[in-house]
This record gives sequence, structure tokens and C-alpha cells, in this order.
Amino acid sequence: MNRKQFFESLIAKNSSQISGDDVNAKLQTKTVGRRTSTGINEYTGTFGDAELMHLLRRSLFGVKVSDWKNFQGKSLKTVVDSLLSPTVTQPNPPINYYGSVVNDPNVPLGSTWVNAPLDPNVEPNRKGGVKAWFWGLTAFQNTDLLQKMVMFWHNHFAIQFLDIPDSRACYTYLKTIHTHALGDLKTLTKAVTVDPAMLFYLNGRLNTKVAPDENYARELQELFTVGKGPNSKYTEDDVKQIAKILTGWNINPLTNPFSTAFVASNHDTKDKVLSSFYGGVTIKGRTGLTAGELELDDLLTAIFNTDESAQFICRKLYRFFVYYEIDSNTETNVIAPLAKVFKDSGYDIKTVLRTLLMSEHFFDSWNRGCIIKDPITHQAGFCRQLEIAFPAPTNYLLHYQMLGLGQGYGQVTQMNYGDPPNVAGWPAWYQEPLYSRSWINSDTLPKRNQFTDYLLYIGHKIGTFTLMADPWIVVKQFSNPGVADDLINDTITFMLPEPLTSAQVASIKAILLPGGIPDYNWADEYRAATTPSDPNYNTAYSSVTSKLKYMFKFIMNLAEYQLS
Amino acid sequence: MKRRSFVKTAAAAGTLMPFTLSGMGVKTYEDSPLLQVLGRRASANDKILVIIQLQGGNDGLNMLIPVDQYSNLSKARNNILLPEAKVLSLNGKTGVGLHNKMTGLQNMYNSGLVNAIQSVGYPTPNFSHFRSSDIWMSGSNSDEVLSTGWLGRYLDMVYPNFPDQYPSASMPDPLAIQIGMVVSLQTMGPSVNMGMAITDPSNFYDLLDGSTGQTPATPYGDELAFLRLVTQQTNEYAGVIKTAASKGRNLSTKYPTTGMTSLSDQLKIVAKLINGGLKTPIYMVTLGGFDTHSQQVDSSDSTLGNHATLLQHLSDSIAAFQDDIKLMGVQDRVAGMTFSEFGRRIMSNASTGTDHGAAAPMFVFGTSVQPGIIGANPTIASTVTVNDNVPMQYDFRQVYASVLQDWFGLSDSELKIAMGNKDFNTLPIFKNNKAEIEDYIDLVSRISLKRIYPNPAYGDVKIDYFTESGRVKLVLFDARGTQIETIVDEWHTHGDFTAVLNTNHLQSGNYIVQMVQGNKRLSEVLLVP
Repeated sequence: MNRKQFFESLIAKNSSQISGDDVNAKLQTKTVGRRTSTGINEYTGTFGDAELMHLLRRSLFGVKVSDWKNFQGKSLKTVVDSLLSPTVTQPNPPINYYGSVVNDPNVPLGSTWVNAPLDPNVEPNRKGGVKAWFWGLTAFQNTDLLQKMVMFWHNHFAIQFLDIPDSRACYTYLKTIHTHALGDLKTLTKAVTVDPAMLFYLNGRLNTKVAPDENYARELQELFTVGKGPNSKYTEDDVKQIAKILTGWNINPLTNPFSTAFVASNHDTKDKVLSSFYGGVTIKGRTGLTAGELELDDLLTAIFNTDESAQFICRKLYRFFVYYEIDSNTETNVIAPLAKVFKDSGYDIKTVLRTLLMSEHFFDSWNRGCIIKDPITHQAGFCRQLEIAFPAPTNYLLHYQMLGLGQGYGQVTQMNYGDPPNVAGWPAWYQEPLYSRSWINSDTLPKRNQFTDYLLYIGHKIGTFTLMADPWIVVKQFSNPGVADDLINDTITFMLPEPLTSAQVASIKAILLPGGIPDYNWADEYRAATTPSDPNYNTAYSSVTSKLKYMFKFIMNLAEYQLS
Repeated sequence: MKRRSFVKTAAAAGTLMPFTLSGMGVKTYEDSPLLQVLGRRASANDKILVIIQLQGGNDGLNMLIPVDQYSNLSKARNNILLPEAKVLSLNGKTGVGLHNKMTGLQNMYNSGLVNAIQSVGYPTPNFSHFRSSDIWMSGSNSDEVLSTGWLGRYLDMVYPNFPDQYPSASMPDPLAIQIGMVVSLQTMGPSVNMGMAITDPSNFYDLLDGSTGQTPATPYGDELAFLRLVTQQTNEYAGVIKTAASKGRNLSTKYPTTGMTSLSDQLKIVAKLINGGLKTPIYMVTLGGFDTHSQQVDSSDSTLGNHATLLQHLSDSIAAFQDDIKLMGVQDRVAGMTFSEFGRRIMSNASTGTDHGAAAPMFVFGTSVQPGIIGANPTIASTVTVNDNVPMQYDFRQVYASVLQDWFGLSDSELKIAMGNKDFNTLPIFKNNKAEIEDYIDLVSRISLKRIYPNPAYGDVKIDYFTESGRVKLVLFDARGTQIETIVDEWHTHGDFTAVLNTNHLQSGNYIVQMVQGNKRLSEVLLVP
């Protein structure tokens, strides 16, 4: 397939088209019966490669060989502590990469536009840029939980960049999420509630005492905090009361950047009474410039006093990090005690993550390898895992163009990062009964394979630069790549969530050693291919390269590679 | 903002950076050098080729056995040599026969269904499995790396723009099917492999019965089964293969029991798919295990052992397959071909095995072949040294050229493109070949290397030869099969001639003097002490 065919194939089918067969497939293949009864007690079993890689796969977008090797032999606690301690919490902001294409009079090429005036002429480039940049944060993430949690909160406190008329607000929204992603949930919820982009997206800016807009008050409860589970008993009147509590918040489009404002004259100063679900608490009406914030604090205290708020988030974290199915065992043994830990900690996100990721339930063999990777984890994860070299960030336009490939690819495989389908986030994390199976259909699955094949075999070429995967980079970091069995074992451990069958392993071995020829042939060829002075260096190098590529292609085309 | 706006935004391209997918200088198919040269596409016929790859390097001397060399063979490989009396004879042939386990192929030969080509290889043989396999599958020179396969180049001419416009109304079926997991380089086209692997264990049999293979009864297993189900649905050829496999039936009762020999099981699938109406022109199957460095034969009985078993599997499987396609009535549309990345050393080793070698025979079978053996027996020196090899008589690309032209019907200019812009003469493998098979058999009355003396060599060596009128070449190869020098390249009238070769500069070892006149080739061994 050449480049043209590759791109044509992307648009050949409507990506939302799902055949009847797909739907049937989604509803088959469920094991009923046995479940696990493990809970949140700290896992004390073996913490070997399998467990380490399980933890890293679930915590990162693609595990690099160095991540694996650096943590090998470390204790579970050490690894989790490290994953929860990002050294960089706020990435460098998006920049003017487009200056060579379109002039931005306020921002030099290579400088950030996030504090510059809005300029309709370059706004489309900034919007594309902030999304490409956002995608790049995953592919270039450090070895910690920050970006996974940014994705989690972006999905949870979802906004659609498409609907935000100012890219600066998209950036501040992401900045807010980064700031609190591993902080405490109450503070995060407060920050998101008054975030300019959210005030725009869910109409908070239009919510005044004379014309209350209930949009945010409803979503705050239904989607962001207490949820709509059977024990979530907030009332329609709560929606109305909370809308009143939130009156007066607005945005100021004249500042650089776009900022939050509180207009006291729009605020409803009367007392608001919440339902018995919130303990029948009265939120005292306030006046003046601090009224909005004080009432919001009281409101969040009431909301987070419910057990349901902790449970709702724990269920979502569970579906994000463990598995989508929550049965009564899981509810009793995991969700309920985890929610208690979370609530008792004052909604400390690191505490709840540490408890979950160190639990015997998380490491239960029952829960390994059962998450279908979301498209970003699949694609950015592939780029990170294979350590694909992107153009230098100072090569502004080219760098962003290559990030745009990744972002665009997420889009055609149904995860347009920055633009979830609606305020509920992506269906994979909430929609029964399919959950993460909704990522996969007869259109998206081949495209996933195309992405990895394309970067492995053809490469994305712009000008003289080709974005391409090189399996040598990975293989050379393995301990014994010249020993066929070791190479295969390491590759499987590295790339796949569970061991393969012996027949599958034999097939991979047949790529390296066709026809059952003895293993030393691989050793000899690998040695020649890595010894430039060897007379057969050139042919061995090209032969080994093509075998490694085929091995990686083979593995990444397996259904198993879609799982984490 | 509308609450719950279920507007599909995922597919809307508007949010992507305006330039992301544009202005990239997309390579169009018109840039393809193949099409520029060709100017038009080749057309398909209804012929089917089944390629049997013998992986590991097959010991040709233990398969098509040069009985007339037995005394020298018994010196070189006594510990593995089949007793002369056990060699199976071939109708109308003396001095050459088949391994005693190959009765199936013997019967086929005697029924006029087999063409064997002696000593097929390439100049400057490479002894690495990998490199030599790549050379055979790409059709490259020994010192050249081609990224496309010989069949990929052919298929690209007949079915341009794959996979973009396929499956199509005129070609609804896979262009090539590899039975197994790994698609061969042979069908690698300019940008993608044109072959499809029908994979066993994780895919093929499951595809046929619609199951998803064994998956554990865990959430991992559930999700895996789901993904495999969608994978099957997304394979655009799954439907036609499934239909062909359910419509097709094996008619022969001669196949070994299923599960006993992998090659037979693979050929059964091929026959079934052909019978089921698949239009696929190329099938590739493999039999591994030919890398017989040790225990090639039973140390107590040289008629038994690993190689004997492999040859029996090969022979029985081909015979059953031929019977099957005959019963199906498609025998005139199907031809088969064997190849291996190299032959093995003339001299056996101490582990009752043989090491990597050079040229070896190939078989082409079917009702459309010219029955017979092309080329002379390899000549075995009386004192074979450890590095001595069977030198090539024919380039493997002559066999490919014959298949492409005389079986698939390529014109001369199309053939040249498929052969990577090189010229290779076809051989009289198929009945419709233009060449005279007499040029390839029973040569002695027409050309001969009558005498080479002194041999073992000392100083100037004289070579007496007889030839018909025409251009004559005498070429010297070393024992590894590398061409050393051209001794004679002249136009002669009919008669006897003598050439002189100074051997003072040659390192000690066995050499091959090869005589080429027109399509006729002969060779003799010269020992430099």
C-alpha cells in the first residue's frame, strides 16, 4: 500500500458505520459464572515481570523497554510511589508552529500563544495545534500516571474543543486538569466548575438569577460527582437549587488569556435548601464578590459528604484501570472499601490510586489483559513503546504535523482527543453493555492495524523526514536478542498482556528461523547484522531488519495486542 | 451548549489541523516504475501454481540420485548413502533414480507427470539459510537485495493497485494464499505483500468453522474472543474462503491421515479451495525440517531416518494431491513446483548428516509438464573434499521464467519486468515451451567433455571436447560454485577441439569445468592437488 492508498483507505468507510455482525459479536463471547472475590488488601504476591508490566501497561501510554528495565526488581510500593510522583506536572504550552504558513502578528514562531490576543485568522491553526499538542503529551509522557489521569479527567469532566471558540480556553482547561489530576477531587471539581471553558461549554456563563440555566447543575451531579446509580437520589429540585448556587459565574473574554469572572449582580443571594440526599443542608445565600466561591465551597462539601460521590468516581476509576464489568463481588469487595478510603482521605486522588493499584484485586490474574486499549493508548502507546523518533520540537511545523498524524488517527479510530462525542465522555467508559468493546468494529480494527503497519513499513513522510518505527531500537535493549527464544520471550512480555500459546510462539519462531532450522542460525545472523566489520553485515542487517519488522507486525496484528 | 448533543464529531474531519493530511506529495500509482516500463497490464489466465517450499536446504543428492556416480558418492557420503539397489528407477532413464521412499513421485514420473530439473542454483551461492531463501524468493542475484518477490512482481502486473481495488468483481478472491502463518517474500509486491496467510493455529481452521479458537474463560479470554470475531468479520476475503472451503471437497483417498504429515494437510486445504471454486492463482505451502546437519539417516539403516521421512511425506503428499485434482477434473489447470534455499554438501559429516550446500534438483509436476529430466547428473569427484558442492547447471530464475511464460503466459517484455529487468532463458519444463527438450537430455552425442588431463591437475591442463556448430563456452567454477574464469568462449563448427587451462594459480581443491553450447550444458570435475 502506498501513501495515497493508505489515506484513501482511512476515508473509505464512514467510521461510525457498524455492521450487524459487529453488534452480534459485541454481545457474544462473555464468560458467565466464576468471578473473583479479591479485594483491596495490599497485594503481597510475586512482583515479577508479569506483574510489573501489568501495572505499567495500565498506568502508561505504552511501556518503553527502559521503563521496564528501570523498575525491574523494585518493590511494588517503590514503583507505585514513582508513578504517583511526576517530576513535571505542567507541560510546556502549545506554540506558534504555523508561522511559516500563516502570520500571527502577536506571537513569534516558536513562542506560545496561550497569553496572546485571540486572532480569528490563526485561531484554526491554534485549535488544531492545541489538539495535536495534547495528543503529543501522551506519546511523549514521562513514566508516571499524570497523563493517564489527565485522560481520565478529560473524559470525566468532558468538554468539546470544537464548541469552545477560543483555543486559549482549551489550553487553560487542560492546565486546570494537569494542576489537579493527582491532587484532591474536591479542589479539581471546584476548579473545573469555574473553568472558563467549562463555563462556556455547559452554559455556566449564562446562568443568572433572572434566567437560571440548569445545564451545569445537572451535569455536575449526574456526570461529574454523584452519578446516576441506584443510590444516587438527588432530586429535580436539587438541580434547580444548585443552579441558583452557581449563578453569577461568567467569563471575561477580554483578558489574555480568557478568564473567569464572578458578576455579583447576577448571583441569587437567597438561601438554597438541598434534598435529604444531601442531608437537607441549607446553603446560606451570600452577597458580594466572594459569594459565588463561598457557596460553591459549601455545595461541594455537601456533595462530597455523600458516599455516592466517592463510589461513583471509584467505579469510573475501576473501569478505567481494571475492567468494565462490576459485579456484586466487586461492588462489595472493591468499590465500597475503596470509596471509603477515598472519602476518608479527603478525596485524595493519589491515595485512591495507590490503594487500587497496589490491591490484590488489581493483580488478580482474573483482571489481567482484559482492557481493550483506547485508540490513544493503542497509537500513542505504540509510538512510545517503539520509541519512534519525532522531528525535533524546534522544527515547529513538521513536529506539529507529525503530532497531527497521531491526533488524526485517533479521530478516525473514534477517539478524537479534545473532542469527546458529548459531555458524557467516550461511551467506552460508561455505555453498557459494550464499554471498551465499543472502540472496536469492522472499520476501526483494520485501521488500528494499518496504523502500526504503516509506521513500521511505509512511514509517514513529509519533506525529507519520515516518521517510522525501527524495531532495532527496542530489540537492542533486550538482554539477549541474539538468542531466538529470549528475543521472542522478551518481545511477548514487552508487547502483549498475557503469554501466547505454544503454537503462536512457534509461529513467531518460524519468522526468525524458518523451517525449523537450528537456533544458532539466528545467533549467527544476528551477530553478523550487529557487526559492521562482518563481511555479511549488509545482507544480514537487511535480513534481520525485515524479520524483526515482520515479528513486530505479526504481534501487533494479533488480537492480543489490542488488549492491555 | 446543548446538553447531550449526540452529534457525531468523531468522524468530522473539520477539527483536524487544516494541513495535516494535505500537501504531502502523495505517491500515485502512476509513479510505479513497473507500469512505466510495461505501459500496460498483463492478463490473467486460469492457471494455478502450487509452490512447495522445502525449508532448511534439501539434500538433492539423496532425492534425485545420480546412480552413475555411485562409486564416488560412496566415498564421499558412505555413512548416509542409500544402497544402490534401493534406488527407485524411472521409466526410460538409466543412471538416475529416486530415493526409495518416493514411490508416489516415481509413479507420477512414470505416468508422465513430472519434470525434474537438475542442479538448480545461482552463481556465487550463499550458504546462509536466510540470505539464500531471500535470493530464491525475491529472484535476486547473489549480491543484490530486492525488496519485492518474483511472484509479487508478476501479480503486480496482472492485478495492479492491490490492495486498493480488491476484492473486485473480476478478482473476488485472494491473489495468493500461503497456508501457514508467515506470508512468503515470494509474493511481496511493490508496497504490500499480495499474499494472504491462512493461518493455522489461530485463524484458519477457526475461520472455517466460525469459532474463535481456544480462549480462556476469563475476562481476558472474553475480550480476546470478541476481538477475534471482529477480526474474522473484517477480513475481506474471509467470506469467499469460507464459502470455497465449505463448497470444496477432497476427492482422493490417497492422502495420509490428517495430522500425520503437515504438507499433506496443507495440500488438502489447497485442493479443497480449488475445488470450492477459488480463483486464486498461487498457493504456497511449506515443509520444514530439511536442515539435516545430523541424523539425516538412521545410523543403522540409511533407507530410514529424518530425510527419508521428509521425502516420503513430500512424495506421498504430492501424489495424493495430484490424484485429488485429477478426480476434481482440474488437473490441466494446476501445476506444482518444489524448491529449497539450497542443496547440501556432497560430502556427509560424521553426525550422519550433511551441511549447507549449493545447487539441487527441482520438481515441476502436473499434466502440462514435459515429462523427463532436464540436465545431466551432477558429476562427483573421486576425491571429494569437505567444501565441495554440486555446481549449478541452471539458474533458478530460468525455472521461474518458464513458469511465468509457459504457464502464466507472460510475453517476453512482461517476463523481463517480472524477472527484475534481467533476461533468463526458459527451459522446456512445460509442454508448450519453444525449446527442444533434446537440447537438455542425452547430450553426449551432440556435445561432450571427452577428457581432462592431467587430472589431478599439474600445470597446463588440456580439455578435449566435442561440439556441434555454434558458440561454445567452457567455464571454470570452484567447488563452492563460484565462477572463477572463462576458459573458452568461441564459435565453433562441428568437431573435436582442445582447450588449455593453466592451473598453477589455482588453490588446491575440486573445480568444475562446465561446457555450455546453446541450451546444452555438461560438466566435469577437475581436482587441483
